[in-house]
Amino acid sequence: MRPASELERHGNMSGVGPGTEGMVLEGTEAEELRKRLETISRELRRDIVRMIGLAGSGHPGGSLSCVEILAGLYFYKMRHRPEDPDWPLRDRFVLSKGHAAPALYAVLARCGYFDREELWRLRRLGSMLQGHPDRLRTPGVEISTGSLGQGLSAACGMALGLRMDGLPSRVYALVGDGESQEGGIWEAAMLAAHQRLDNLTAILDNNGLQIDGRCCEVVSLGDLPAKWRSFGWEVQEVDGHDVLEICEALDRADAAQGPGIIIARTVKGKGVSFMENNVDFHGKAPTREEMERALEELGEGT
Amino acid sequence: MTEWELRNTRDGYAEALLELGEKDPRIVVLDADLAKSTQTEKFKLRFPERFVDCGVAEQNLMATAAGLAATGKIVFASTFAIFATGRAYDQVRNTIAYSDLNVKICASHGGITVGEDGSSHQALEDITLMRAVPRMKVVVPADYFEAREAVKAVAYLDGPAYVRLGRPKVPVLFGEDYRFRFGKALVMRPGRDVTVIACGYLLHKALLAAEELSGEGIEAEVINLHTVKPLDREGLLESAARTGRVVTCEEHTVHGGVGSAVAELLAEEMPLPMRMVGIRDRFGTSGAAEELVEHYGLGARHIAEAARRLCHGDNGGKPRR
Repeated sequence: MRPASELERHGNMSGVGPGTEGMVLEGTEAEELRKRLETISRELRRDIVRMIGLAGSGHPGGSLSCVEILAGLYFYKMRHRPEDPDWPLRDRFVLSKGHAAPALYAVLARCGYFDREELWRLRRLGSMLQGHPDRLRTPGVEISTGSLGQGLSAACGMALGLRMDGLPSRVYALVGDGESQEGGIWEAAMLAAHQRLDNLTAILDNNGLQIDGRCCEVVSLGDLPAKWRSFGWEVQEVDGHDVLEICEALDRADAAQGPGIIIARTVKGKGVSFMENNVDFHGKAPTREEMERALEELGEGT
Repeated sequence: MTEWELRNTRDGYAEALLELGEKDPRIVVLDADLAKSTQTEKFKLRFPERFVDCGVAEQNLMATAAGLAATGKIVFASTFAIFATGRAYDQVRNTIAYSDLNVKICASHGGITVGEDGSSHQALEDITLMRAVPRMKVVVPADYFEAREAVKAVAYLDGPAYVRLGRPKVPVLFGEDYRFRFGKALVMRPGRDVTVIACGYLLHKALLAAEELSGEGIEAEVINLHTVKPLDREGLLESAARTGRVVTCEEHTVHGGVGSAVAELLAEEMPLPMRMVGIRDRFGTSGAAEELVEHYGLGARHIAEAARRLCHGDNGGKPRR
């Protein structure tokens, strides 16, 4: 449940996006939410697999690991207007781990930012859907990302700008665990804590794998919750594939006194048996046959 | 010999920021623990709510600037030129420029004239780096007034811009009434024999060189190329066509800098004899600014010599008229 003060603050914001009504995540209401987000997640996965399969290149592993997180943000938590992407009061989302662009595109298309048919032109010459997010080409993309370790800084800048203007909007940034080897992440972590950016929430897609292998074998990230706490962030830990846990954590983050991070334990390649925890599918597209097999596993789609 | 009044280009920047901040609430300034050096501290004291010190973290400074600009701010991001363009190159390229955001990178301590701090702090490649980034505009003001007016102008140009400011005080060449025209090369002194193109610290040296050459019967046309990108193609070609010879001057590497920019234009449109005064594939070193200008062959006499050799041909002899 959102704090009363915030509900009050947004009481006159008619026409806001999904998830603005505030919700107690228990009972039948919660079960309905769970069912809705799980259905959406399954369909998003189908779109991700299909779009990368058709493109013949892309990053399925880290796209599939963040599906429930994005579903929770775009279909429960964030205030946004797909028909008016520049709506000044919208919440902002930054995909700091830009290679998960297919997941973001699938979500944006499903929200109605652009025609779903665009998904099948991913990575093609002239497509609005670039290999990594491009804010100038794709409606709903707040800032271009792809070079790792920069999106969280950009999110800090957005949070600062929104606060300067006295706007109630919140900023969400999805960070990868491999990405957390970039020094820039920790520069941003320091600045956000020093500035007490309570309108900033990071979500860490903690799938444990990076291109060269397991993070703990490439360069260990150590005790991530302790690290973030010591940097002055409010830390929550959730199962990154449990939609209700994600939604509850996102709600709790509203009340943070400074920047907050939700460390989401996830499975790289989640939902497709032969991609799960398989480092080979970090940046490799499924073959046509693998794509069909994956779609079969993911069940009926729309 | 004329006594020149000396003022800092970065003071012109600070003055412009105060003016901009006064009339436009969208103006936000970021620095990376160098506010006293870059002179953004003046803005910080006047508008503390619109100033953010990012600490010793230039990469974060640039990407944070991009995020602020994405919320509608006009962001000035300042640090030393070496860090702004080298340390944070990827943030500038990928997060600011690729996103086409209104971040104005106003970097002080550009060039060899940083002086005593030595090579680690002397940006000799910053113009090359920024010129290569699509959408980036590059401006190198020559004095206090030009810096002040240039900063006010780039504030309202769409997208990213790089403004190179210096450390030392430089002769005041313009006045209160100076009108900066972005993208327009400015003829400082007309001449028929050779076109001398300079900007920033070396513009004054170019003017001194022209004075020296005039005494020998060589009339140099001195052009202030304050806007290095986009290049004023028409203005430069018009002058080059008249004189038939071009000398470029920069306290910067000749590889990809001002000389390269002019050479790229001339090679395609109007190949003609040309010389570049600048630093050639070398690091900087400690020393006083003026000593370094001499040491690296960037002084008025070096510029004059380059022009002289073009006019006389390498064998000496009479000017080719």
